[in-house]
Amino acid sequence: MKKIEAIVRTNKFEEIRAGLAKIGVPFFTLMEVKGYGLQKGEHITYRGSSFDSDFIPRLQIEIFTTDEKVDKIIETILTYGRTGEVGDGKIVVVDIEAIYRIRTGEKNIEAVY
Amino acid sequence: MNEALFTTNNLWILIATVLVFVMHLGFATLEAGFVRKKNVANILFKNVMIIAIGLITYFIVGFNLMYPGSNAGGLFAFGGFGLTIPDGNPIDYADGAYTYYTDFIFQAMFAATCCTIVSGAVAERIKLNSFLLFCVAFVSISYPITGFWKWGAGWMDAMGFYDFAGSTLVHAVGGWGALAAIILLGARKGKYTKKGIKPIPAHSLPLATLGVFLLWFGWFGFNGGSVLSADPQAVSLVFVTTCLAAAAGAIGAFFTSYSLFKSHDLSMVLNGILGGLVGITAGADLMSPMNAIMIGLIAGIIIPFSVALFDKIKIDDPVGATSVHLVCGIWGTLAVGIFGSLAGWQQLLYQLIGTVAVGAFTFSFAFGAMYLLKVTIGIRVSEEEEIRGLDIAEHNAHAYEKEVTAPQFEYALE
Repeated sequence: MKKIEAIVRTNKFEEIRAGLAKIGVPFFTLMEVKGYGLQKGEHITYRGSSFDSDFIPRLQIEIFTTDEKVDKIIETILTYGRTGEVGDGKIVVVDIEAIYRIRTGEKNIEAVY
Repeated sequence: MNEALFTTNNLWILIATVLVFVMHLGFATLEAGFVRKKNVANILFKNVMIIAIGLITYFIVGFNLMYPGSNAGGLFAFGGFGLTIPDGNPIDYADGAYTYYTDFIFQAMFAATCCTIVSGAVAERIKLNSFLLFCVAFVSISYPITGFWKWGAGWMDAMGFYDFAGSTLVHAVGGWGALAAIILLGARKGKYTKKGIKPIPAHSLPLATLGVFLLWFGWFGFNGGSVLSADPQAVSLVFVTTCLAAAAGAIGAFFTSYSLFKSHDLSMVLNGILGGLVGITAGADLMSPMNAIMIGLIAGIIIPFSVALFDKIKIDDPVGATSVHLVCGIWGTLAVGIFGSLAGWQQLLYQLIGTVAVGAFTFSFAFGAMYLLKVTIGIRVSEEEEIRGLDIAEHNAHAYEKEVTAPQFEYALE
């Protein structure tokens, strides 16, 4: 079992979500996070002074899946999440020991699908 | 003087009292909008206590310090603690313009506004108890004494100084208090960095805008009621000059802020409206509509320069109170010598003398009171409290349900 964490642009999220639904991954955890990196943040002007904000809003998608589906999911996120500009984000694949569904107690593949 | 006219006059002043009361709504909303989320409950608490303190102390000492009814042309007089209800027919108290009670409550509504001006400037870092103690002293002693000098028939009135509704006696007084306080208090952590000025933006521009419109709304009573009767010509003229000055203030700030900073900053045009209103307050009954526009326009132009200048000398004012009330209060006072039916060198001199005298007294008083508090109980919260937010530090509460906010505006970064 694997966990895929993808940090993506906020304006790419809808496309990624639709793409994931098409390949049979309609569920995930969504987090609003802040990115700090090469891309400049918003330019704030307020009462005569201005500053570049250091942080950019990003969305983090967390998907639990079986080993077989990993490549398909990554390919989808890469396709729909890429703009070619600095700040497109990252995908991380994490090996997980086990996953359970709380409602039924099902484990691993039954807990996800 | 017939009863019907007395009733009309008195009724108008009572309505004006309610409108001035609404200005406290305006101040609370505006200040809440301009500070960060973590300090909203604190600033609202201060605003709520200010009107309570203002009304009660004005009852105990303020009214009789400001209007002692004796020592005309003098420096100081005191009519006694509490209210001295006069005998005789209520209609005779002010020649049928208003009753004693109306006089008291109308004036009492003005008094606390000098403290709300300070509250905005010291926001986000002042200790609650120190601030409240300062207010008690400021509104019960300093404000009434300088008020007596003109409105209570003191020496400035005898000299010929003119201040229709309080550009100096209310707004500049508040502004001087604010300036003294923030000099001693220091800037908010993280505002002035080695890399330059870091903006600490308002958390809610909707609240700030609502606040300014509420203040404008209240100004109909602040200026309209200062006619001290329901005289149709005078009150209607004052409505016109007040509104034209507010509008011109917005326009002046709009063009100036764009040409200076290349941005259409909402907070600047909001301050511009208030600057125009403060500017017309000294002479709203003396000005022609064109005069009012000029005064408001110039006030609006002053605002962005003033805000930038205070930031340059590291005087941190989260709401622009010093620019709106102090600088434009002085402008409005001097404008009485430049525009309108009293204009002239002689009048300008009186206005200048009054400005300087009230400034010297008020600034010294405020500075002294704040300094005393600073060296005894302290006036500033600890660095940790400032970063966590005063809502938690002073009130153990949140103004809003907790939610994620932009970290760079919550934590100090060098």
